[in-house]
Amino acid sequence: MSEINKDLINAASRVDIDQWVAKYPADQKQSAVMAALRIVQDQNGGWLTTELMDAVASYLDMDKIHVYEVATFYSMYEHKPVGKHKICVCTNISCMVCGSGEIVDHLEDKLDVKMGGTTEDNRFTLKEVECLGACSGAPMIQIGEHYYENLDAEKIDKILEELK
Amino acid sequence: MVTIEINGQQVEAEQGQMLIEAADKAGIAIPRFCYHKNLSISASCRMCLVEVEKAPKPMPACATPVADGMVVNTKSTYALAAQKSVMEFLLINHPLDCPVCDQGGECDLQEFSIGYGSDKSQYAEIKRVVKDKDIGPLIATELTRCIHCTRCVRFGQEIAGMRELGATGRGDWMEIGTYIEKSIDSELSGNIIDLCPVGALTSKVSRFTYRVWELANNDSISAHDCIGSNCNAQTKNGEIKRVISRQNDSINDAWISDRDRYSFEGLQSDDRLTKPMIKKDGAWTEASWDDALQFAVNSLKDIKDKSQIGTVCSPSVTTEEMYLLQKVMRGIGSNNIDHRLRQSDFRGQDQDPLFPGLGMSVADVAAQQAAILIGSNVRKEQPIMGHQLRQASLKGAKISFVNPVSFDANFNVAHEFTIAPSQMFKELKVLAKVALENSSAGAPEGLAALVSSVKVTDEHKQCIAELSDADNSMVILGTIVQAMPNYSAMRILASYIADASNSTLSYLTPGANTSGAYLSGLLPNRTQVAQGEFANTDGLDTQAMFAQKLKAYILYGIEVERDLDNPVQASQALDNADFVVSLSAFVTDAIKAGSDVILPISTITESSGTLINVAGIWQSFNAVSKAKGLSKPGWKVLRVMGNLFNIDGFDYQSSEDVINELKSALALENSQSETSRATNQLVWDCPENISAQTTDIQRIAELSIYNVDAVTRRATALQKTQDAQVDVAKINSALAKKLKLEDAQAVTAKQADNTAQVTISIDNKITDNCVYLSAGNVAASSLGGGFDTIELIPA
Ligand code: SF4
Ligand code: FES
Ligand code: FES
Repeated sequence: MSEINKDLINAASRVDIDQWVAKYPADQKQSAVMAALRIVQDQNGGWLTTELMDAVASYLDMDKIHVYEVATFYSMYEHKPVGKHKICVCTNISCMVCGSGEIVDHLEDKLDVKMGGTTEDNRFTLKEVECLGACSGAPMIQIGEHYYENLDAEKIDKILEELK
Repeated sequence: MVTIEINGQQVEAEQGQMLIEAADKAGIAIPRFCYHKNLSISASCRMCLVEVEKAPKPMPACATPVADGMVVNTKSTYALAAQKSVMEFLLINHPLDCPVCDQGGECDLQEFSIGYGSDKSQYAEIKRVVKDKDIGPLIATELTRCIHCTRCVRFGQEIAGMRELGATGRGDWMEIGTYIEKSIDSELSGNIIDLCPVGALTSKVSRFTYRVWELANNDSISAHDCIGSNCNAQTKNGEIKRVISRQNDSINDAWISDRDRYSFEGLQSDDRLTKPMIKKDGAWTEASWDDALQFAVNSLKDIKDKSQIGTVCSPSVTTEEMYLLQKVMRGIGSNNIDHRLRQSDFRGQDQDPLFPGLGMSVADVAAQQAAILIGSNVRKEQPIMGHQLRQASLKGAKISFVNPVSFDANFNVAHEFTIAPSQMFKELKVLAKVALENSSAGAPEGLAALVSSVKVTDEHKQCIAELSDADNSMVILGTIVQAMPNYSAMRILASYIADASNSTLSYLTPGANTSGAYLSGLLPNRTQVAQGEFANTDGLDTQAMFAQKLKAYILYGIEVERDLDNPVQASQALDNADFVVSLSAFVTDAIKAGSDVILPISTITESSGTLINVAGIWQSFNAVSKAKGLSKPGWKVLRVMGNLFNIDGFDYQSSEDVINELKSALALENSQSETSRATNQLVWDCPENISAQTTDIQRIAELSIYNVDAVTRRATALQKTQDAQVDVAKINSALAKKLKLEDAQAVTAKQADNTAQVTISIDNKITDNCVYLSAGNVAASSLGGGFDTIELIPA
């Protein structure tokens, strides 16, 4: 485990991670891996590098590949740079039935970027996601920690305006 | 015990057993991909679904515990329907490229799809394709074929103790791989090829050289370490194409080391010797067997003083060859016979046990609760022993090391005492002192005085307490300590520590057949005289034979510059000799330079014979591959030599005759395949108190994993692995600073007048003031003794 690696995690992130580590028995540090990945992802402007994942592995005494497995399994972890705001558009069944297709079209038009891409000014990334458990408010999107529900083109314009 | 019913048949099963185990035992086949007897259960492939009465859905047999009165059907329409749908799912993304797949013909997927698959696919969407990864020189990947059983991943985690492969991504996008570009470096890695139920992981070395149905299966024994792992050496037209493991629960479970799997490549090396050769007036000519043997025998007859003949034999040849070799030499009146190529301290040899062994079976090691290994890189020297120790450790055993290098372990090490070779005796004194303090028996003569001045730490106390508190524990002498200059003194202390802590004293020995060498009398100091009885003889040991520059030498299966502790000393002795016979499977310039006649003998797989492993198990095997050219099995060559020397009793018809003669000399029945494990404990004989306070830099030599024998050294794929990159001198950063050397700097290593060019590698696992320069590699061949002082001079 190289110390140099661990240094990639800044002091504030370490404090955060340690809080999570403290919640689990001492010999099960690895239980904090998801939280740790989220914390270093935030520290790095919304995406993970291999070096950061390695840093988490050594911080939590895990095999690197184990961290890669977790980080590639969950769609909330990004492996490429993302824009300032990541717009997660649900296109799963309920949202689809309620018109997520139009939401996608509208976003792509408005932002001039295809699903999965990032706008040139690096402000927005569009990402297609599976059901976020908010079917009653379908169609919906998630930006940061907020859910925006019962959407239509107008509402989307307003949301984007606010985030400008 | 519970009784269950499977397909109408009453089956007895143990409480807690899984259905699939009970069915396997009763011989009822249930299809499976992810389940493997020696791995944890993941129940992820669902191929083993069966019908269980009263259960609301089909149950996976690998993860359903038996219960008394359970009624199971593995073949009902209901069970079959479940199995068939699983099969259909598994085939969705599979490329169905069986005609170009190495696994074709032995593929579980292929086999089950014949039983359970449909001849039509309902799937019309795009199949996914996975990019192949380069995971090193040994294993080829074709990951589009992967069915995600995760056997390879579990193997890494549970057996190899290195989680190198993983399943990244999710659902449709899940992939097996290393995520980053990386080679798989475990010394047991090749087992994932045997484990992979499809052709996703195959052997890079054997790839596209056979179709499975062309291969003949040959039960064989691995000949590259003292474990004697069971393997199946598969041949096509008499040539080994592939080696796979063969289950033996008392030795190697389902695994073999990469060395045992891939060494066969060395058999096809260009420098195989195919005809006898004679040197006449400085020029080499090919000769007939008759001429060459007659020449060798006559030249040896010309040496009137037979104590001027020295015989040195590899510890990795068959017991039959060893027995006959010593019989010939003793027959002509020479006791200078040895197989201990790297030992340098022979002072304790008259106390050697019948054979230095484990004192238990290989599998028993996994049941130990504590062990201390002295001078051993067990994981790389005997990978299967490393596996057994790791299994013990996973069950909570406390395993400690006393070593000159902090070798990488793949389990939790309880205590690690990393000290210079010159200080190891002192370290053992400390441990002996603790053992003495804890012991209720009186101190053996001289011990109290010997250990009076050493300081004990808590860590030493804990280490000994763990040994004494355990029901089963061992003190293991590894091959590194056996090569050290004051081995005999250290061995006595180790024996005392074992005694006082109620542990077994065990040896891990060099080569594949050190046990065989001892039992067949391939030793200068002892010979069999009657059934099971020995007498002392006064022959010279390996070191003395070369130090004293004899008139003639016989080298059996040896490459002097790679196989001996002090290659330079040995080469000089050969240069000086009147006559040297080499019996060898290979011919090199070095062998030519040092010999007068070279006789081509078969390698182990080309001859029938017997290896005796470190647990005293005699394992005989038949010839597997065709002999090269005119080469002959060693026992036949020695039989002729015995006859040409007119020695009585060389009328053997087969290698069995030879081994049976040895068995009867050892008071064993012909059918017996085990030598009872006599105790290894030594009679106390207080060692001299050596206090080595030297400022000189000492060399540490370990015979590195892929340099152990002539065949392995020629296995090209193994030589490309990470573990084979050993032509470096490793020092720690403190010494580097002191000597003003940098990583990757080229230097001249110098021992007395001998030099070698090496590169520095800075590695803080090496103890202070020492240079780790492994033995058996090219650089070491122009150097002296493995633990002599050494200088590093910037080039
Ligand atoms: S590569 Fe082979 S062993 Fe590994 S998960 Fe895929 S099918 Fe199973
Ligand atoms: S389907 Fe969109 S939130 Fe559930
Ligand atoms: S063998 Fe039972 S689920 Fe795979």
